[in-house]
Amino acid sequence: MPLITEDGIVADSYRRLDGADPAADLIVPLDALAEHGDHAGRLGADVPNTARLEDVLPYLDRLDLISLPFPAFTDGRAYSLARQIRQAGFSGELRATGNLLPDQLQAMAQVGFSAFEVTDRFHPEVWLRALSRMSVSYQTPGTSARHVWQERALARHRLQGYSASAR
Amino acid sequence: MASIDRGKILTASQLRGGTVVFLARNGRWSDHIHEAAVALEPVAVEALQARGREAEAANIVTGAYLVEVERRDGRVTPIHIRERIRVTGPSVRPDLALQPSPALLEA
Amino acid sequence: MYRYDEFDHRFVAERVEQFRDQTLRRLNGDLSEDEFKPLRLMNGLYLQLHAYMLRVAIPYGTLNSRQMLRLADISERYDRGYGHFTTRQNIQFNWIALADAPEILAELAAVEMHAIQTSGNCIRNVTTDHWAGAAADELADPRPVAELLRQWSSLHPEFTFLPRKFKIAVTGSPHDRAATRVHDIGLRLHLNDEGERGWEVVVGGGLGRTPMIGVTVREFLPEDELLGYLEAVMRVYNLIGRRDNKYKARIKILVHELGAEAFRAEVEAEYARQTAALNGIDNAELERIAQYFAPPPFEKLPRWSPAYQSHRAGNAAFARWSRSNVAAHARDGYAIVDVSLKPEGGIPGDATARQMRAVADLAQRYSFDEVRVSHHQNLVLPHVRRDDLFAVWERLVAEGLDAANVGQAGDIIACPGLDYCSLATARSIPIAQGISRRFADLNRQADIGPLRINISGCINACGHHHVGHIGILGLEKKGVEFYQITLGGSSASEASIGTIIGPGFAGDEVPDAVEKIVTTYLALRQEGETFLAACRRLGAEPFKEALYATHH
Repeated sequence: MPLITEDGIVADSYRRLDGADPAADLIVPLDALAEHGDHAGRLGADVPNTARLEDVLPYLDRLDLISLPFPAFTDGRAYSLARQIRQAGFSGELRATGNLLPDQLQAMAQVGFSAFEVTDRFHPEVWLRALSRMSVSYQTPGTSARHVWQERALARHRLQGYSASAR
Repeated sequence: MASIDRGKILTASQLRGGTVVFLARNGRWSDHIHEAAVALEPVAVEALQARGREAEAANIVTGAYLVEVERRDGRVTPIHIRERIRVTGPSVRPDLALQPSPALLEA
Repeated sequence: MYRYDEFDHRFVAERVEQFRDQTLRRLNGDLSEDEFKPLRLMNGLYLQLHAYMLRVAIPYGTLNSRQMLRLADISERYDRGYGHFTTRQNIQFNWIALADAPEILAELAAVEMHAIQTSGNCIRNVTTDHWAGAAADELADPRPVAELLRQWSSLHPEFTFLPRKFKIAVTGSPHDRAATRVHDIGLRLHLNDEGERGWEVVVGGGLGRTPMIGVTVREFLPEDELLGYLEAVMRVYNLIGRRDNKYKARIKILVHELGAEAFRAEVEAEYARQTAALNGIDNAELERIAQYFAPPPFEKLPRWSPAYQSHRAGNAAFARWSRSNVAAHARDGYAIVDVSLKPEGGIPGDATARQMRAVADLAQRYSFDEVRVSHHQNLVLPHVRRDDLFAVWERLVAEGLDAANVGQAGDIIACPGLDYCSLATARSIPIAQGISRRFADLNRQADIGPLRINISGCINACGHHHVGHIGILGLEKKGVEFYQITLGGSSASEASIGTIIGPGFAGDEVPDAVEKIVTTYLALRQEGETFLAACRRLGAEPFKEALYATHH
């Protein structure tokens, strides 16, 4: 599966296979994390979208990657889980998997996803373009959209700065 | 003696326009219910459904489904009131009648 | 009222282009119907009984003449010359072609309108008091907050695929004209003991299959905490709201199944976790928005208008209309005009292009270019000088918009029902017409007094029948329509769900049944007692007796 990030289509260094090279980057199910406590390579967790933040919190320090699924593209739970995980301070890779549509990538990026396991169904360019479909957003700033409220506030401060310096 | 059949027709919405259409005897989609192909046997019903799936896959129509009808002297009338309204248009706007048969509602 | 800046313009323009692209991909098969459906619903486009239906948003029920004229125009060029105003302050066009939808959205964007999120499992139109900014009993105009919430909820990346639709209503008045207690989230502005302004946050109200009055999750939330708190509520719902059963997926079910205490605990825990991500930007934005809702340049007028009084004395029809359709304004010399879209025997909430243009013209001349849509499916001219009321009325008469029945038996609220809606089980409009004709006598309506009759054509309750003083629910058995009657519902501050009073009636029996109910009320009411108050005092028994003692 191609992996999309802000930087484009990248090679995925992570594997989900059992018996993988101990130095490789590995993604395991959340409930199997304890068994891989001493994994040498980078470690990621497949977290079900029915998980609660409490289930993930104990491992945040040790994880380089968290993968959240969208079992149906209409199942929006992972958007909130992603938000919570980022708000809790996780700064590693947050990856979206499952039934993704290009139309959703930008929203996923806005809530904190930094990588997307996409399908071959659409040309990689279609996926990439979708990341910056909207150039403005009213909510949490994403990778590419300008935050409308923030821009308005900045514009006001600039104006105030001009009028202050004009006195 | 009047011939009365009870069977099924296939209806759908035109994908582009959204208007109500019926799978006609000539295999095309018509907005006249009286041209609809009436399937009396299960095999024929399945054939209708297969044509519907084809047309959906070809992006001509969407939302195809079967409607139970009565055919009397070549005129086709849905059994259920919902389907009759779908044929004639809103009962409260006869001026917008899609098919000039307000009598369908009293069937 | 609010005006788009460059950001708002760019937002809707890009959204239109996105939808245009999605539509093209659907038409050429790159997107299946299953994939396209949630996307087109997010742009307000339903596939209905006869054609595609487009639900255009009228944010918090406010629009100006330019926008109303554009709606009239669209109705003629893309539809059949009329539109339907809904119980959520939106407008619906019933005969839309999918291929035309992107162009229609572009034309709407040009007048600062859109159809974003009027359908789908996302946050819908934020509705409010149709007398906002005009009513004398208002603590503050709720529309700046409604506009803030509109922006906040527009393409919210986190809340676009909720378990189910989500509806928010806001009131700035202790007299709740926005039905806040039967919304997923209802917000009521009020003062605490220190005289500070804050919000009562009510969660889990709703109608439909399982009607419920909402639960107060926070009695007093300081104004500047609103968005953070709402995000906490939404996040809890998005994470643990049921997704296994479409009919059990609203937040009201979650609140009910968890219990108010446990639900509140989840919300407060989530709220406590929040970092100060917004950093006061939301409050700065609210201040910016509020400037658009400064009062219009009212003239300083005396409270008493001799011209108005003289017309009332000289014209009985005008006098009658002024008693039912004119309401007190906060400013001396002004009045609120309710324009009834319920002519005798007419289709509730429908307006022709010509009527829309007339209202636009009246708004421009007489109401500071502002129109409102109420969730009772009527229009409002919020700021009319009393001196001008007669001229306004004369024009309304000429356009068939003068029905003097607002809030009375003829002011029936009805969903489109089986005549239009593919979800419906029965027709609702003919029932409304039958009742309307039966109660055509305006003097009789006035004598009966305030009476809310709501009709829904199916259990989804878009006609809000659960909160009708008389509620009528259209059902079906073996292909035959029949109607169940409920009594004593209300969406006002003391909200209540109506109780079913007995077996259903055939369509042509409903006007008789309603008449018996009304006659019973008239016989038993106390001095000055409204229908609703009498229902609550008497209970269902006397009405049951009147309806069923000799029935069947």
